[in-house]
Amino acid sequence: MDFQLSEDQQALKEGVRTFCDGRISADQLRELEKEAFDRDLWGELAEMGVFGLRLPESEGGVGLGSADAVVVFEELGRCLAPGPLVWSHLLAGRVEGAASGECVVGGLDLLGRGEDPVLVEHLAHIDALVVLREEGVYKVAPGSLEGAPIETPLDPFTPVHHVASLPEGECIADAAEAAQLRVEGAALASALMLGIAEQTQEMATEYAKGREQFNRPIGSFQAIKHILADMFVRQELARAAVYAAGATLDDPEVGSVRRAVSTAKLVAGEAAMKNSRSCVQVHGGMGYTWEMPVHYYLKRTWVLENVFGGVEEHALQVAEEIGERG
Amino acid sequence: MDLRYSDSDEAFRKELREWLAEAVPAHGSPPDAADWAGRRAYDTGWQRKLYDAGYAGINWPKEYGGRDASLTEQLVYYEESARARAPYIGVNFVGILHGGPTLISEGTDVQKERHIGPILRGEQVWCQGFSEPGAGSDLAALKTRAERDGDHYVLNGHKIWTSFAQVADYCELLVRTDPDARKHRGISWLGIPMGLEGMEIRPLPTLTGEGEFSEVFLENVRVPVDCLVGAENDGWRVTNVTLAFERGTAFATDMVVFQEVMRELAAVAKRVTRNGAAAWEDRSLRAEVGHLAAEVEAVWAMVKYTVSEADRTGVPSVSASGVKLYFTELKQRIGETCMRVLGRATLSREDVDGLPCQSFVYEALQSLSMTIAAGSSQIQRNIISERILGLPREPR
Repeated sequence: MDFQLSEDQQALKEGVRTFCDGRISADQLRELEKEAFDRDLWGELAEMGVFGLRLPESEGGVGLGSADAVVVFEELGRCLAPGPLVWSHLLAGRVEGAASGECVVGGLDLLGRGEDPVLVEHLAHIDALVVLREEGVYKVAPGSLEGAPIETPLDPFTPVHHVASLPEGECIADAAEAAQLRVEGAALASALMLGIAEQTQEMATEYAKGREQFNRPIGSFQAIKHILADMFVRQELARAAVYAAGATLDDPEVGSVRRAVSTAKLVAGEAAMKNSRSCVQVHGGMGYTWEMPVHYYLKRTWVLENVFGGVEEHALQVAEEIGERG
Repeated sequence: MDLRYSDSDEAFRKELREWLAEAVPAHGSPPDAADWAGRRAYDTGWQRKLYDAGYAGINWPKEYGGRDASLTEQLVYYEESARARAPYIGVNFVGILHGGPTLISEGTDVQKERHIGPILRGEQVWCQGFSEPGAGSDLAALKTRAERDGDHYVLNGHKIWTSFAQVADYCELLVRTDPDARKHRGISWLGIPMGLEGMEIRPLPTLTGEGEFSEVFLENVRVPVDCLVGAENDGWRVTNVTLAFERGTAFATDMVVFQEVMRELAAVAKRVTRNGAAAWEDRSLRAEVGHLAAEVEAVWAMVKYTVSEADRTGVPSVSASGVKLYFTELKQRIGETCMRVLGRATLSREDVDGLPCQSFVYEALQSLSMTIAAGSSQIQRNIISERILGLPREPR
């Protein structure tokens, strides 16, 4: 057992971090607020191997595993990289052009959903839409959807369309694969949320060191320090859970994949949610402004909480496993 | 990033599991909590069996008779001991986990000769005299005096939260040898015999109704100066050397135990009735239990992460205080849920109709100590925010 990043994983993480710092900085992200998508950036992410990461080299991919993928997605989450990253990654190898970035693949997770309103993310930017249903994985032509754009989406970087009718589309994989994609999607989404939990902790800590009230940095008050300590612990708990999910997906003999992934999605979801809220709180009035980017993280967290199962669904999943005996 | 135990770890697991399968049932049930002589015999007897089988001092160096197991073997050791419901370390706790390692690191040859082997074999029981009524979180404020008188120290003071004082042979005692020095500087570490003249032990029952704690009053107690471990006035550093022995593996036992507690809780929820149906039918309760179980799973992953980090770097992970902080508070939340699921049955601390009132109520009560002992949650948050996040320090 060596449950730490390998040297290669460390290098991979640093590489993605460097790319994100240079290409998806807070200022650059703000520029994207109107369009919410950058096709050039997408191409660069593809070139870096983000989408074909787990695809075998023989199929044009990078040939890495899920443990590597969660490390990459952690960094992408940290900088709030826009676009349907998880879907395009999941469908690499199944949808032509997904890995190379030529085909931007979006998705819709309908498993466990009934008559809820159907809101499709990034509809205007995607070339293929994949729908996860109980019966299988379906590919739908985005142009065949009837829907209206929502003028004011929650997350400025996640535009949505309200779709009135959703064609069935072409079945490209069976029910078992739909379930598997959903598990993998949950692991990757949890990695994005881990990144959010870390970034918001660091932003709040930096702010608390610099901001003075009563002639002292607010970070010298225990009332603030303890909020920050809790943010750090939640982030580290999420890191362990997310990395464990990645490692378990790669080597299912070390534990229950479903349990590891549910744990990751639940713990990382709560870490992202609580940390981005705390980040607003520590920033005080400024945290409530649009100008400070703090709100972006909370809003993205809500988007991620609502795909591949939220906290409650995953809690029930774990309960089902532990309740099987007795 | 690898969660798989190596072949040699698995071989160690197999061998240990086989041994435990015979040794644990053969050791019998623990005696009544109030039977101190019985408890000492039970716990030290188990320690002797561990010693004979080569498992005693799992993290102690080989040259001192320990196993010097790798960190992953230690994880396996704690996992398997919990699974087999092996006797807890009990009265050997201070000697094996604290006093012994301190002597290994700081003791003279004579001191090592006198204590190390006997502690490891379960022949010598130690207790800890650190805290005082006025020195809890601020341990360095301790006032118990040791004044030099020829080749003796004369001790006067009042210690509290001394575990197993009733049955201990020796006490690791922190005393003030230089009252004029700054508070961390004037402290010394003594290993003194118990039962000396002028020493009085008063049991300190806790809110669980029992407890291993005592207060120890020292009035003109004379101990030879060769009880001093390390240099005079260097006791604060001596106290902290054992931190290097702690790699965060000890929580592994709790992880296995609490995974089992969560399954037991689910089983109880299926048996008890709420609103005319099994409590387990209540979706919100299932979600609550599943949520807690996921958190246990996540802390377990965090233990493995911090242990792997310590394994690589050779120093304990700073995140280990995060494990302590999160897990102890989680334990209290689990205790609350256990109490709510049992409902009115918790009015009894004895099992009723086969419901685990005794263990659930005890755990719920006992968990209250966890966020106070060994660095309160508030102190842990200070440590994390100052040492890891680099925020301004509290006054010391």
